[in-house]
Order: sequence, then C-alpha cells, then structure tokens
Amino acid sequence: MSGIVLATGEAPPFRRGDRVRVMTRAPVGHYRVPTYLRGKSAVVERVIEPAAIDNEEEAYGRNAGSKRHYYRIIVPMTSIWPNYAGSARDNLRIEVFETWLERIAS
Amino acid sequence: MSQHEHDHPHAEIGQSERPGYYDMMETAVRELLIEKGLFEAGEIRRQIEVLDSRTPALGAKVVARAWVDADFRARLLANGRTACEELGISFYDDTKLKPYRARAVSEPRAVLAEFGTHIPDDVEVRVSDSTALVRYLVLPRRPDGTAGYSEEQLAGLVTRDAMIGVIPVTAGEAGVSR
Repeated sequence: MSGIVLATGEAPPFRRGDRVRVMTRAPVGHYRVPTYLRGKSAVVERVIEPAAIDNEEEAYGRNAGSKRHYYRIIVPMTSIWPNYAGSARDNLRIEVFETWLERIAS
Repeated sequence: MSQHEHDHPHAEIGQSERPGYYDMMETAVRELLIEKGLFEAGEIRRQIEVLDSRTPALGAKVVARAWVDADFRARLLANGRTACEELGISFYDDTKLKPYRARAVSEPRAVLAEFGTHIPDDVEVRVSDSTALVRYLVLPRRPDGTAGYSEEQLAGLVTRDAMIGVIPVTAGEAGVSR
C-alpha cells in the first residue's frame, strides 16, 4: 500500500521457504520455545498473521504495544531426536516468535 | 492410510500420577489467593464447570455438520473459530495432558500405534505443536457406508479419540442404533 510507512518490526522479515535457526537461549521464567528446539534449523512454512504481542514479555506485563510475528516452522524429526523411529520425512510444525529466529544464509 | 485393528473402547487419557511440583505450587498459590480474598473458591469451581461442560459431543456436532454441508466445511477449514460459533459453540482447548503431548512430539508413530493406528512408513507424519496463538482442529474423514446417515447419526459416530486424531471414525453399530 503506498503512503503507509511501516513501523520497525511491523513487516515480517521472514517469508515462507526461508531457512532459519531457533536461537540458543536459556531464559529464566516464562518462555514459549521448547528446550529441544534450541539451536535447531528449520524452514518457514508460513507467517502467522496478524502480528502479535510477545507472550514471553506479556507474562511480566512488559510490552508497550510492540508486535511482531509468529512463524509456523518445519523441523525434521530426525534433527530433533537422534534416535527417532520413523520416516526421515516426518517433521514437527510449530509456531515460534520472531525474537527466537535468526536467518541462515542459504 | 491407517487401520484401527481392534474394536474395544480405549481408556480415557487421564492423570493418575501423584501431583508434581507445579501442581503443588498451583494449589499453594490458589489457596493463598483465596485466603487474601482476590477470588473465591466458588469462582474456580464455576470455571472448572465451564471447562467440563465443553464435551466431545459439541465437537462431534461440528464434524457431522462439516460432513453434510460442504459450505460449512469450507468455512470451518478457513476459520475454525467463527465456523464453530455459527453453531453456538465456543472454541476450547483440549488434550493438554503432559505425558501425551510430550510423547506425541517425540514418538508420534508409537503414540498412534497404542491406539491401534499404524501409519505406513511411506506416509509423512506432520506433528503440529501449539505454543501460543494457533489451535488445531482435527476434521476426521467421513467413514464409507454412511451415505444414508442423518447428521445426528453421523455425530454419534464421532468419538473423542477420533477428534484428537488418534483413530479414524468408523461406521459402527453405535451410530445406527441412535
């Protein structure tokens, strides 16, 4: 849309098909990213619209109106569970907030 | 895609283990909040009743409607929340039980096999986990041989296990007798 100036973080930086990595962090308190996903590589399946508040910050009443996107990402089961029993094509689809993802150069 | 090999009912997935650390913490905090007068025990009881009243029968109604009404099915798949609201049903969470969820993520095939559902190796399993915004609704396939069934009879076939996606819906006697 012409004439609309987007605020920082308003446009999703990742798109369908982008390769991303879930960051390796160990926050104390409320978090939404399962431990087993930290550091894992994934592909973005879709951007979940609309942008949403950061639930992890919201848990402490800190948000100040900022919104970013959740992404539904695809992670191969075999990369999460070394002894995974099943097809190598099996995968996990999970929603992860933008602040947990970094781009992998492809 | 899969077979359900036996016809006996499965035990409900339930919580039988001792209360864990967080269960005890929840009880302690709840009792403190009640003691401080922030809310009353009756309000908690009421909320539990609200949750308990959301029975699988409501979901079965949604599934049966989707089977008989293609337009509703399209609306349901496009927006589960608003389609359910058309039937006067509010959206609700299900299946938060920890052992079940944890294992569904790490060994989905084994969990399904325990329900008698065996996924062939050449079928890709996609596990959808929910952490924040998105909730998933399973729309089971309508079983063969149910062409003459009424919407109510169809709803009678839809079990809780079918709606959490661990077994297919089958045209058993339960539906016919209703």
